[in-house]
Amino acid sequence: MTRNFSLARITTTLLISCMCLLTAGYNPLVAQEASSELVIPEDAASISKGEALFKGNCTSCHRVHKKLVGPALANVYERTPSIEWIIGFVKNSQKVIQSGDEYAVNLYAEYNNTQMTAFTGFSDQDIMSILGYIQQETLKGPEVASGGSAENAKEDGGEATGVASGYLTVLMVGLVVVLALILFVLILIITVLKKYLNQRGLDEDDAEVVNATLSLEGIAKSKPFIFMVIFIFSAVAFKTVIAGLYTVGVQEGYQPSQPINFSHKIHAGQYEIDCQYCHTGVRKSKSANIPSANICMNCHSAVKTGSKEIQKIYAAIDYDPATKTYGPNQKPIEWVRIHNLPDLAYFNHSQHVKVGGIECETCHGEIKEMAVVQQYSPLTMGWCIDCHRKTNVNTKGNAYYDNLVEIHDKNSGGEPMKVEDIGGLECSKCHY
Amino acid sequence: MKDNKKQYWKGIEQLTNDPAFVKHADKEFSGDLPLGNEEGEGSSRRDFLKMMGFGIAAASLAACETPVRKAIPYVNKPVDVDPGIANYYASTYFNGGDYASVVVKTREGRPIKIEGNPDSKISQGGVTAQVDASVLSLYDDERLKKPQAKGKVIEWASMDKAIVSQLGSIAAQGGQIRMVSNTIISPSTKAIVEEFKAKYPTAAHITYDTISAYGIMKANEGSFGVKVVPSYDFSKANVIVSLGADFLGTWLSPIEFTKQYSKTRKLNKGKKNMSRHYQFESNLSLSGANADYRTAIKPSEEGAVIANLYNLIASKSGRTKVSAGKSIHPYINKAASDLLASKGKALVVSGSNDPAIQTLVNGINDMLGNYGTTIDLSLPLLTKQGDDAAMDSFIKEASSGSVKAVIFYNCNPVYNHPKGATLAKALAKVPLKISTSDRKDETAALVDYIAPDNHYLESWGDAEPKSGSYSFVQPAISPLFDTRQVQVSLMRWADRKDDYFEYLQQYWKKASGTSGIAFQGYWDKAVQTGVFELESSTSPSENTTAMDSLDVAIAPQETISTTVSNFQGDIMAAAASIAKSYKSGGSDYELALYHKIGLGDGTHANNPWLQEMPDPITKATWDNYVTISQKDAGTLGIKMFEGKSNMVKLTVGGTTLEEVPVLIQPGQAEGTIGLALGYGRSAAGKVATEAGGIDANPFIGTKNGGLYYAITKGLNVEVLSKEYQVAQTQTHQTYMGRENVIQESVLSEYKKNPKAGRYEPKISTWQAEDHKVDPSTLSLWKGHKYPNHHWGLAIDLNSCTGCSACTVACHTENNVPVVGREEVINRRDMHWMRIDRYYSSNAPVDDLRGLEVAAENPEVTFQPMMCQHCNNAPCETVCPVAATTHSTEGLNQMTYNRCIGTRYCANNCPYKVRRFNWFKYHDNKQFENTNTAMNSDLGKMVLNPDVTVRSRGVMEKCSFCVQRIQKGKLEAKKEGRRPTDADVNTACASACPADALIFGDMNNPESEISKFLNIKDIEGDYGIDKHVQEPRAYHVLEEIGVKPNVVYLTKIRNKEEEKKEA
Repeated sequence: MTRNFSLARITTTLLISCMCLLTAGYNPLVAQEASSELVIPEDAASISKGEALFKGNCTSCHRVHKKLVGPALANVYERTPSIEWIIGFVKNSQKVIQSGDEYAVNLYAEYNNTQMTAFTGFSDQDIMSILGYIQQETLKGPEVASGGSAENAKEDGGEATGVASGYLTVLMVGLVVVLALILFVLILIITVLKKYLNQRGLDEDDAEVVNATLSLEGIAKSKPFIFMVIFIFSAVAFKTVIAGLYTVGVQEGYQPSQPINFSHKIHAGQYEIDCQYCHTGVRKSKSANIPSANICMNCHSAVKTGSKEIQKIYAAIDYDPATKTYGPNQKPIEWVRIHNLPDLAYFNHSQHVKVGGIECETCHGEIKEMAVVQQYSPLTMGWCIDCHRKTNVNTKGNAYYDNLVEIHDKNSGGEPMKVEDIGGLECSKCHY
Repeated sequence: MKDNKKQYWKGIEQLTNDPAFVKHADKEFSGDLPLGNEEGEGSSRRDFLKMMGFGIAAASLAACETPVRKAIPYVNKPVDVDPGIANYYASTYFNGGDYASVVVKTREGRPIKIEGNPDSKISQGGVTAQVDASVLSLYDDERLKKPQAKGKVIEWASMDKAIVSQLGSIAAQGGQIRMVSNTIISPSTKAIVEEFKAKYPTAAHITYDTISAYGIMKANEGSFGVKVVPSYDFSKANVIVSLGADFLGTWLSPIEFTKQYSKTRKLNKGKKNMSRHYQFESNLSLSGANADYRTAIKPSEEGAVIANLYNLIASKSGRTKVSAGKSIHPYINKAASDLLASKGKALVVSGSNDPAIQTLVNGINDMLGNYGTTIDLSLPLLTKQGDDAAMDSFIKEASSGSVKAVIFYNCNPVYNHPKGATLAKALAKVPLKISTSDRKDETAALVDYIAPDNHYLESWGDAEPKSGSYSFVQPAISPLFDTRQVQVSLMRWADRKDDYFEYLQQYWKKASGTSGIAFQGYWDKAVQTGVFELESSTSPSENTTAMDSLDVAIAPQETISTTVSNFQGDIMAAAASIAKSYKSGGSDYELALYHKIGLGDGTHANNPWLQEMPDPITKATWDNYVTISQKDAGTLGIKMFEGKSNMVKLTVGGTTLEEVPVLIQPGQAEGTIGLALGYGRSAAGKVATEAGGIDANPFIGTKNGGLYYAITKGLNVEVLSKEYQVAQTQTHQTYMGRENVIQESVLSEYKKNPKAGRYEPKISTWQAEDHKVDPSTLSLWKGHKYPNHHWGLAIDLNSCTGCSACTVACHTENNVPVVGREEVINRRDMHWMRIDRYYSSNAPVDDLRGLEVAAENPEVTFQPMMCQHCNNAPCETVCPVAATTHSTEGLNQMTYNRCIGTRYCANNCPYKVRRFNWFKYHDNKQFENTNTAMNSDLGKMVLNPDVTVRSRGVMEKCSFCVQRIQKGKLEAKKEGRRPTDADVNTACASACPADALIFGDMNNPESEISKFLNIKDIEGDYGIDKHVQEPRAYHVLEEIGVKPNVVYLTKIRNKEEEKKEA
C-alpha cells in the first residue's frame, strides 16, 4: 500500500516539477529553421560583435523595432526572400535593385527611393552576426518605454544571462525531454503494475488504493502541491519586488512635457542643425549645456515669429518682435530636466564626445526623430560599465594613448583596447 | 646603525602618560556611534520594527515618483562662461597687512577657490591659510546686505545726501573731520582720499595697523632718514637671527619670507648648504619652531639680548659698545660669531615695535653690511604704514570732543586697538560717525551710518605692496548684496559722481602715460596677469618679469623719500632707552601677546575654516588660551588632567581677564605666558560668537610711541578651580611610539653622508644570506601594474614650516566639513590632511627631572600627513564591500556611495588618515553655527561642484585631489598629448608657500617629482617597483611594507652635533 501511495505522489510531484521548469525557463523557445547553409549565429560573441557593428553602422538609418529612414529590421531574416538576398542587399543594394529583384524594387519604392549605403567592407560573417543581433532583439520584442515595468529587470540582470542564454535554452529543452520520457516511463510502469495487481486479486482496501483515479481535488490538497504553489508565488513576488526596486530612480523613457514645445525632430532632424550649435559645451565641458535663449533668438528673431511657441520665448525674455527690442523683465526658461544623473557620479561630455568620439545618438537615442525628447538610456551604473567594457578606446591620432596602446598590444594578442583595459571601470574615474 | 635616539612626543599628555591620552592612544576612534538609545533597552526591538516599517514605506513612496528637476539655462549666456568649466581671474588679497597676489577660481560665476599667482615676485604663488579661507568670507551671511543709518536700512542715495550735507556743514564750521583706516596700499584709493581731503580741508587721514610695524619705521627714520619698512631678502641670508620676529608666521610679509627662507633650507645633491637660523623669543612661534637654535627669553630680556648681540659685533667691527644688561643665553655668542662670519649675507630682524630696539637692530645690520644685500631700504614694503602715535593722538582728540566727523574706512579700532574702549566712549562725542565695515562689528555698532564695502572678490582696485610692484584687484563676481565699494562711497562723499572703475582706469592711463589702444592693451594685460613690476624695481629673484613686454614708464605715485642716507642712528640714545625700560630679572609673570597664523588680527573671526584650523604649534582649534611652561604650571599649581586644565584670571592694573583657559606649552619661556590676539570678537557673527575666546587687545601697551605687545610688570595670575578643555587635535592618532616616523639629522652629518638620520629597517628572513632583507622586497601581494600614470607626492620636511596653508587649501578644494569645538574634543575632526607636530629633545623622558628639561625648549618637527596611497594598502584588504580599492594610477580610491561605514579601513590604517562622517554635516541645524559652508544656500555657493558632499556614515580621506588629476588628464587628452606637471597638481602642493610638497607622475621621467626623488624603475618579483634613489627620502613606517606613494625627505638641522647628556 505504501508503495502504491508513493507512486501516485511521485506522479504528482513530477507533473508539478515539469510545470515549474517550464515556468522557470520561460524564455521563449524558438525552433530554428535551417533553411540554408547560412545559419544565423546564436553565440554570445557573435551577437555582441553584431551589436557593435549594428550600432556603429546601421543605427543612423535603422532600428530593430522602429521605422526610421530605413525599415525596422525585426524579423528581417524571415520576411525577406533569403539570407543570401540580405547579404547581397547589404553589400550593394543598388546592384540588387537594378537586377530587377521584385522585393528589392518594391522596398526601394516604399522608402522614397532612398539609397542605402553599400557596405562592401562587410564579410558574410559580419552580416550574419548583425542578423544574429537582430534576431536576438526581435525575440526580446520591442522595448516598452514605460520605465517602471519589469522590462528593466533584464537590463539589470546583466551579463550572466545574456552570455549563457543560448546554452541554457538547450539545457532546458533537454531536461524537459528527459523529464517527459521519465513521466512516460513511469505512467507505463504504473499501468503495468496496476494491471498486474488487479490480476492477482486484491483485498478491498488495497484495491481502493490501487484503483484510485487521479482526482484533481486530491492533488490540490496534497502538501507538495501547496508547497510548490506557495514557493512559486513567493519566488515570483520576490523577483518582481527586486526588479521593481532596481527601477527606483531609473527614468528610462522619461518624457516630460516641456514649457515650450521644442521639437528636436524639426531642428535636428528636418533642418539638420548640428547638435553643437545649441549644446555648446558638449565638446569642451562636462555639461553639454541647455542653450540659453539668446541662441534661440539667433534664428527666431526672424524665423516663425508668429508661432505660439516662439511667443513663449519672447515672453520669457521680454522681447517685442514689433520693435525688436528687449525689455528689462527677462527670466530664464525653466526646462524640465530629463537626464538626472545622481550627484555622486561624475560624467563629462567632452571626454566622451571629443576624446572618445562617441556619437550623441549612442546614449541619447534617435534624437532627430524625437518631437518630445525622452530619456533613451537607463543611465544606470550597469549601463555605464557595460559600455566601458565593450567600447574600444578612440586612440587614433591621440598621443596620450600611444604608450598605452603599445603596452596593450604587447599583452593582449590582438584584442582591441577597451575602456576597461585602461582603468575605465575604476571607482574614482566617476566617483569622487 | 641608528644613532638618533631622540624621544618624540606629541604633547605634554604623552610625556606625562595622561590617562586620557593612554585611553585613546591605541584607538582610532574615541567612542561609539552616537546612536544613543534614550528609552532604555526594552524598546529597542520595537524601534527596530518601527524603523523597518518606516523604511519600507519610505522606499515605496520614493519609488512612486522621482522629483521633477529643472534645468535653467542663462537668458543670455556670457561668452566666457561655460557651465562646467572653471574660469580663473587674477586678483589681489590684502588684509591686516597680509598681501598676496592671487588667482580666483570661479565656477558658473561663483568664486570657489583662491590660489597663489605665480607671476607675482612678492608672493610667488604662495598663499597663507587666511588667503585660502578668504573665499568663504564672501559667502558670509553676517555681512550687511544694505546700508544702514542708525541701525535702520536706508537707500544709498539718501545716505549719500545726508552725509554730504553733514560733512559740508561740519567743514564749513571748521569742524575736524577724520578718516581712520588700516594701511591702504592702493595708489588710486590714496588719490581718492587726497581728493576727499581737498574737498574737506579740515579732514585728515589716520592710519594704524592691527599688527603694527611702527617701531621699524620710526627707527629707520632715525637711522636712515626714511620712515619706511624696508624689504628683506631671506633667500640671501646665510645666518638669520630673529629676535621675536615670527617672519614665517605673522611678521610683515610671511608668504614672501617663507618663499625666500625655504629656498635657503633646501638640500640636494648640488646644494649642500643651508642657512642657520637663531631665534630668541618668549612664545614658541612658527619661526621659533623652525629655528636651528632657539632660545626662550622673557620679553623684558629683549633689551639685554639685543644690546649684548650689538656689543659682540661692535667689538669686532670697531664701533663703540653700549651699556648692556647681563644676558646669560649661550647662543648669543654663537649667533654673533656666525653673523660676523657671513657679513653681508646675514640678517638680523626683530619683531619688537620699540624704535629703540629696532635702532640697535639697524646698527647690527649696518655693521654686518646687510643693507643692500639682505635688506633694501630703497624698495620699501608698503603693507605697513600705520602710525601708532597719530592714532593715539586721534583717540585723544576724539575724547576731547574736537573731532566732529569720523569715517572708519574698513577698520575696527574699537575692537582691535588697545584703547578701543576709550574710543568707544569718545565716539559719543562725535556728531557724525560713518563706518564702511562689511558687517556690524564692534566699531560699526557705534556709528550713525554704515556704508558696507564689497568683499574684495566683488571689487575693482589696485595695490602697491612694495614700491614699484603693482598688483590689481578685479571682481570675480557681481556684488551679492546691495553693498558698494568703499572707494565709490568716498567719491560720492567727496561729491564725485563718476564710477570707481572709470576713475581707476583714468588713474592708470595717467600713470602709464598711455592712451587709446595702447592703454587698453596695457590695461588688459595688467589685469589678466594681476601684477606688474617696474623694471627698476626688479627684485633679485629669478622669476621672469611678468610684464616684460610692457614698455611703459610709470611715474612713482608715492612721494616717499627714497634718498637713503648712511646709517646715522643714535645708538647711544637707543641703548640708554633700552637700559631704562627693559629690566630683566623681575619675578613677575610676563605676558607676551601674539597673533595666530590662522586668525591673525581677528578680522576673519567669523570664518569657520580658520577657526577649525589647528594652530601649528598648540594644535588647538576654536579658542585662545594662555600658554605656560611646564615648570610654571607646576609652581602655580595648574594641573592638566585628561585634557582639562584649570583656568586662570589675569589682572594688570585695572584690566582683568576672567576665566582664561590654559595650555601647558613646551618651549614657553619660563616666567612668561603667551596669549593670542584676534579672539573674543563680540560682533563678528555667529561663528565668532561660537568660538568666543578672550579679547586680549586691552593688554597691548605702548613703548617709545609704538604699540608694545607684551606686559613685563604687574601681571597677576590667579589660578581658578574651574577647569576647561581646549579643543586640540594634538594627541589624536598616535603612532603608538614607533620611532621611525620622523627621521632627522644635522647638516654636518648630512655632508658626510647624505643618508644621515635615515632609519633603514631590515626584515629577517630565512632566505637571504645574512637573513636580513629590505622590507620593500617582501610582499604578500602581487603588486599593481601602473602602465599609465603613477601619482606620487614628495614632502620635504626641511622646507615645511608647518604654516597650515595646505590644510585649509585641502579643506576648500575637497568640501571637507567643519565639525566645531565639541566634535574636535570628541576627536572627530575631518581634516583630510593634518600637520603632525612632534617635539623632541635629547634628554631622557623617563625620569621626572628629565621631563622638565625636555619640555623646556624642545626641537620641533612638522610632518604633513595625509593618505599615503599605499601600493599594498591595508585598508583595501579589509573593506567588506570593496568601497576602497586601488587604481591603475596608484591611487587609493574611496567610493562614498559604496561605503557602509564599518570603519574597518580606518582601524587598519597605520597612518590614521581616514575620517569618518559621524554626522550629516550639511543641512543640519546642529552644525549651523560652525559648518556655514554647507548649511545655507549662501554658504553652499563655495562648495566645489566636482566633489561629492559626503553624507553621514561614510568614510573619507585624501584622494590626491583626483578631480584635479582627472581634469588635467582630460585637458591633455583633448589636446592629444601626455599631461605634464603644469596640468596636474594637488591643492596642498599648489598652496604651499615653502614648496615643500611636490606632486606629480612618477611614470613621467620629465616630471619634477621623478627628478627630485631620482626615481628608477626596478623589476621586482611582483612587477615594476619605483625605487627612490634620493638618499634623504624615506617612507613613514617603512618596515610594515605597505609601500606608500608619499615620500618624505629627512629633516636636517643646521646645528653642531651636540654631546648627549648621559
